[in-house]
Amino acid sequence: MPYLTLSILIPIVAGVLILALGRADRLPLVRLLALLGALAGFAITIPLYTKFNLATGAMQFEELSRWIASYNINYHLGVDGISVLFVLLNSFTTILVVWAGWVVIDKRPAQYYAAFLIQSGLINGVFCSLDAVLFYFFFEAMLIPMYLIIGAWGGPNRVYAAMKFFLYTMLGSLLMLVALLYLFNVSGGSFEIQAWYQLPLSHKVQVLLFFAFFMAFAVKVPMWPVHTWLPDAHVEAPTGGSVILAAITLKIGAYGFLRFILPIVPDASRTLSGFVIALSLIAVIYIGFVALVQKDMKKLIAYSSISHMGFVTLGFFLFSQLGVEGGLVQMISHGFVSAAMFLCVGVVYDRMHSRQIADYGGVIHTMPRFAALFMLFAMANSGLPATSGFVGEFMVILAAVKVNFWLGFGAAVTLILGAAYTLWMYKRVIFGKVANPNVAALTDVSTREFWLLAVVAFAVLAMGLYPKPFTDVMHQSVADLLAHVARSKL
Amino acid sequence: MTPEFSLYPVLREVVLLAAVSLLLIVDLFISDDNRHVTYWLTQLSLLACAALTLATFKAQPVHAFSNMVSDDWMSDVLKFVSYVAVSLMLFFSRDHLKARGLFRGEFFGLTLFALLGVMVQISANSLLILYLGLELMSLSLYAMVAMHRDHRQSSEAAMKYFVLGALASGLLLYGMSMVYGATGTLDLNGIFTAIVGGKANTSLLVFGLVFLVSGVAFKLGAVPYHMWVPDVYDGAPTPVTLLIGTAPKLAAFAFVMRLLVSGLQPLVADWHAMLLILSVLSMIIGNLTAIAQTSFKRMLAYSTIANMGYMLLGFVAGISRQDPLIGYAASMFYAIAYVLTTVASFGVILLLSRTGFEADKLDDLKGLNQRSPWYAFLVMLVMFSLAGVPLTIGFFAKLTVIESVIGVGYYWLAVVAVLTSLIGAFYYLRIVKLMYFDEPVDTNAIAVRGDAHFLFSVNGLALLVLGCVPQPLLALCYKALHASF
Repeated sequence: MPYLTLSILIPIVAGVLILALGRADRLPLVRLLALLGALAGFAITIPLYTKFNLATGAMQFEELSRWIASYNINYHLGVDGISVLFVLLNSFTTILVVWAGWVVIDKRPAQYYAAFLIQSGLINGVFCSLDAVLFYFFFEAMLIPMYLIIGAWGGPNRVYAAMKFFLYTMLGSLLMLVALLYLFNVSGGSFEIQAWYQLPLSHKVQVLLFFAFFMAFAVKVPMWPVHTWLPDAHVEAPTGGSVILAAITLKIGAYGFLRFILPIVPDASRTLSGFVIALSLIAVIYIGFVALVQKDMKKLIAYSSISHMGFVTLGFFLFSQLGVEGGLVQMISHGFVSAAMFLCVGVVYDRMHSRQIADYGGVIHTMPRFAALFMLFAMANSGLPATSGFVGEFMVILAAVKVNFWLGFGAAVTLILGAAYTLWMYKRVIFGKVANPNVAALTDVSTREFWLLAVVAFAVLAMGLYPKPFTDVMHQSVADLLAHVARSKL
Repeated sequence: MTPEFSLYPVLREVVLLAAVSLLLIVDLFISDDNRHVTYWLTQLSLLACAALTLATFKAQPVHAFSNMVSDDWMSDVLKFVSYVAVSLMLFFSRDHLKARGLFRGEFFGLTLFALLGVMVQISANSLLILYLGLELMSLSLYAMVAMHRDHRQSSEAAMKYFVLGALASGLLLYGMSMVYGATGTLDLNGIFTAIVGGKANTSLLVFGLVFLVSGVAFKLGAVPYHMWVPDVYDGAPTPVTLLIGTAPKLAAFAFVMRLLVSGLQPLVADWHAMLLILSVLSMIIGNLTAIAQTSFKRMLAYSTIANMGYMLLGFVAGISRQDPLIGYAASMFYAIAYVLTTVASFGVILLLSRTGFEADKLDDLKGLNQRSPWYAFLVMLVMFSLAGVPLTIGFFAKLTVIESVIGVGYYWLAVVAVLTSLIGAFYYLRIVKLMYFDEPVDTNAIAVRGDAHFLFSVNGLALLVLGCVPQPLLALCYKALHASF
């Protein structure tokens, strides 16, 4: 069965169906279709995990057919240990998003759900593509639904945020396009990403290609100093949009590092690793401090995302099994934790219509069940052992200490900073006396919201206590990747 | 059998000419209420031409009239797209014309004459025929721009178009006379042979080439010969703008192919540098100036200028590539993609306009998603296609032309092209923003004829379908050029 094609097509078809059938008076039908589409989309990706062959680092579930013969572009899909988990994560998060919007979205719901489902299919395409043009095709196309989501369902400053998001990411990806076309020419007419792995390239060319790719992916991650679109996009996006942005879209940037930069330009990656590590540490430490002073909950989580993603890029450029795997685990974990954090903000925002920390206080008195769940996610965000947040960070710190003690020390600062900004925010929002009548009037989480958060809570705990199912999948692919990167292409 | 006397290569032109003549006579005898007879006759003649193109198709080029015209695969493709564009223009503008009192025989007659000029240019294989076709097209278009007689902007646009157009024709003619003087022939193949044979005076040729390229650049609307474009696009009645923005661009493409690539190929080092400058300036100035526009038509005019810059990129690749046809085919693909997109972009203005309301301001698109989600979706496809974002044909159009400049090692040019297209994305996105994020100002119901609605939907979806399956069209462009040159 072509699982990958189906994982791309099912959500898209569901989205188109919703658009075709969605009228204002058919809201229940629209919701049902959206949920079915999301569930079916996730169901089709489960065999990717259960049938995954752990013994090999090569591509699996490959599909290959001609797409554009004139330019030798193929419809080539496949997943390895690095990408397969993100297909699952994306399809899973889509269910959360549909569920989170269930009663909340009343403005043009059909278009809302359709945008998320279509985007979900396109993102699966990004993770599965083994042909560079196909990758780029999905990579750019997925900007369209997110642009509409932020702009149409976002907050007061949504237009600015949506424009900034689109243009910022497009700037990076266009330079990548030039790099892709260059590689197409020097490789004698092939857009196969894996064929480029074997392509000998001079050091100067590698450095230029490195920066072309780096622009595309660093904006997406986002790395300091090209991160400024993220706080705007996060703050203005509706809850679902923030969840997808934080949980999935950012991961595409980091994934690009592993799929393109490290294997295609390994020598440049090694010479420039200091540069990337420096930027990563700035993200981890400086952005951590920036997060500390935020007054807006979503903005705080946005900065915390940048800081956490700094860990990921740091781990990748240590060139050790532990570091890369730690980065990947951190990506998955951050997918769960940041999604949950944004969902939590969404829960109180739907009631209070404010994200300002100062407007809250003493929420625990009116929403005890919510406070308990939020506590778990706050702890996971600070990297408490037994939550998923700990595993990735610990692996990266260990790998960093092996390279250089002070590197590890710098990275470990985040454990303090992360705890500081997350828990301080938690304290101000949840604890204390009931701050104002609005808080006093709050009602605790509904059954829908409870299960929504509980499912993620389960994932966070499970991954924190027993990360082996996740690391096993990526082990062989990461080992192969590192072996490849260790060889010079000069 | 003497091919010299065969009318086959010009059969379509003959049929169209006969049809226009018939149409003009018939139109005299029908009352204003029955004007739709003329309209359908026009559509019928387009259909006949399209059918003839398919029926008489030959892959091998056929030359006729002492090699003055050539009927080849490239001209078949370009002519076919021209018929489609003109036919769509007529379908979209029927109500628009009626509401403005332009639903008259002259309009249809001139439209077909302009198309005939386009067809002659596409098939021309001699400087003289090229010029004749160009003038036939231009004169018809001048008159059409002025059709709104009592409209100040329209008259001003017509005046500008005419004066500048006449100047450009003069330049072109001057250049042609020098080429003729240097080579002693008007026949493009003859010119090629004369230059290769070393019999021609190169400095005279290059001097003439400057004028030729200037004339072509004017017709394309490439910077610095672009000043007429915004005023004419804005001032002309929208159906005429649509016409100017589509078929003549295909003619200009054929013009460049025949004149520069086929006839003056030995001077490639000279003309390729000129096109390079035109292309870079057009991309930069077109995209930057478009940002400041508040009129939808003016914005599209500047977008046209920028798009012609991208189209020229493919020709730049003619300099050193082993197979320059890849670059030219990319340009051809770009031109066709651009025409399909442009028909839809002006089409939406026509469909949204009513009596006394032009729908040509950007703000008129506000909240379109709430008034008609389907049209908003289609216009979104058009905008993303112009911006070159994937899922639409515009992406592959940009991809192929940029690939062709990278193929010849012009990396800086590729970077300029992508950066300017980023600037372009800004104003195309603004349209999407107006439609999806803003509240509607105009709340009148949108009433569109059934056939126009259907064809507009097909047109919009074609951008999406060709954006996902571009291979047939890409292959067609390459094959057509391969068989023709």
